[in-house]
Amino acid sequence: MMDDLKALYQEVIIDHSRNPRNFGQLESANCHAEGVNPLCGDELTLQCLVDDDEVIKDVRFVGQGCAISLASASIMTEMLKNLSKAEAEALFEKFRSRVTGLTHTEPADIGKLEVLSGVREFPTRVKCATLPWHTALAAINGSDEKVTTE
Amino acid sequence: MSETARKESFDQYAGNGMLDVDAIRAQFPILQEKVHGNDLVYLDNGASSQKPLAVTEALSRYYASQHANVHRGVHELSDRATEAYENARKIAQKFVNARHAEEIIFVRGTTEGLNLVAESYGRDKLQPGDEILVSEMEHHSNIVPWQLIAERTGSVVKMIPMDDAGEILFDEYQQLVSEKTRIVAVTYVANSLGTVNPIREMTALAHEVGAVTVIDAAQAAPHVALDVARLDCDFLALSGHKMYGPTGIGILYGKRELLSKMPPYQGGGEMIRQVTFEGSTYADIPHRFEAGTPNIADAVGFGAACEFMWETGIDTIARHEQSLLDYIHERASQADDLRVYGTAKLKAGVFAFTLNGIHAHDIGTILDRQGVAIRVGHHCAMPVMRHFNVAATARASFAVYNTHAEIDRMFDALDDARELFGV
Repeated sequence: MMDDLKALYQEVIIDHSRNPRNFGQLESANCHAEGVNPLCGDELTLQCLVDDDEVIKDVRFVGQGCAISLASASIMTEMLKNLSKAEAEALFEKFRSRVTGLTHTEPADIGKLEVLSGVREFPTRVKCATLPWHTALAAINGSDEKVTTE
Repeated sequence: MSETARKESFDQYAGNGMLDVDAIRAQFPILQEKVHGNDLVYLDNGASSQKPLAVTEALSRYYASQHANVHRGVHELSDRATEAYENARKIAQKFVNARHAEEIIFVRGTTEGLNLVAESYGRDKLQPGDEILVSEMEHHSNIVPWQLIAERTGSVVKMIPMDDAGEILFDEYQQLVSEKTRIVAVTYVANSLGTVNPIREMTALAHEVGAVTVIDAAQAAPHVALDVARLDCDFLALSGHKMYGPTGIGILYGKRELLSKMPPYQGGGEMIRQVTFEGSTYADIPHRFEAGTPNIADAVGFGAACEFMWETGIDTIARHEQSLLDYIHERASQADDLRVYGTAKLKAGVFAFTLNGIHAHDIGTILDRQGVAIRVGHHCAMPVMRHFNVAATARASFAVYNTHAEIDRMFDALDDARELFGV
């Protein structure tokens, strides 16, 4: 079988997709967002608890989708905890550069997200990997308003 | 539906010719393409079929020696273009067995054909409280136009349910049909399930209450000999690109007595008789519904696609594809982890499935790397996905050039998917 398929569907990815971490409702959430991929029917709802200093204290998600989107969401939730909003945005930029293959400089350190870099060889699947991130950033950026209205 | 009616539908559909697949494949240059280093196995024909040389050469010949605008020039090339375009209409007339050439409107595709009926016939005829019956297995393009027109006219869209095999519940349909029914919109062959629907029987019932039937024949056209005279349906739309023709062209068939009383769909050149600022009068059918310069070249290509199907033999094509369908169902029955969607008694061209533990989207990617092209997702039929409580399915759909060995290739690639996922 082809190496790039094996690189895409690593055991870690399969494991995260079968047993997603931080899956479920977050009772203490103060912001949330929904993400859908209308082309394939993937959908997820993401809930975050962001403190007054704009630091993500907790994050959980529910949803259904392909192995790539579920694994990406699962790994993302592990990495977002205790990051500031700015740090989360910066990390997403690095991750996006990696999976779209757009990086022209030395590969940035993206930690655990490295296991998803095989997506680069599958342009039609980049959206699967980035949907959870777009959803998370939408949640975080909407949180100020929600917090102030409450 | 009676057993006799079923048998009759099947006889009409099955055919009995023999097919030289190698000779057919030689007419489709794209089938020689390599995909990720593998021989292409193209099983996404339900989305769009590939094109034989006869079609691409007809397009090329038209532009090289016949092209000008139609119906308006006094010069030789305009005559040639007009003749080629109107000849394509006559071929289309024969293809669906319509009584008159003016019953054929050239449109961009099935979607535009269905929207034309909803906008023109629906807007004119629908009153508040009138009912439009739409089957549960429709493609979104035969649902949304009816919702749009229902909203504007105060009419109501009601769903004709199906069972778990993917067959229309005919008794429920009989219950739904009433004096309030104005339009019955149903697909001939369901794109997400492959079900062949009893169009003639459904139309007969609709006519008892004075309703019209609007048939989506996009998936039927490549697989079933179309015969609007026999079906007695009032409108029928199809797309060229799903039946070996070019993209951007399709036809809407409508009964002359209906079309000739319908208001225009779009305004512009070609569709008028006289224009003044006090008001305009409109051309007769079919031109009333063909505003602007038509898609002449692709209409010519559409005609070439019809001729390709005739030369191959529509019954021969249907029989070959039925054999592929039987084979893929047989192979599927040997896999415990494979769930099939669509097990109607009469099916054409489509095999939809899921594998336990692997999302359809991942199956699509893995198969693609082995050169096997299938469609994954909701197939623009979200109510069907909802019926079966599944977000997405994988779909292999056939054309005349597919082989049993290609089905084996697909199952080999499914084994790769199982291996990767450890299931």
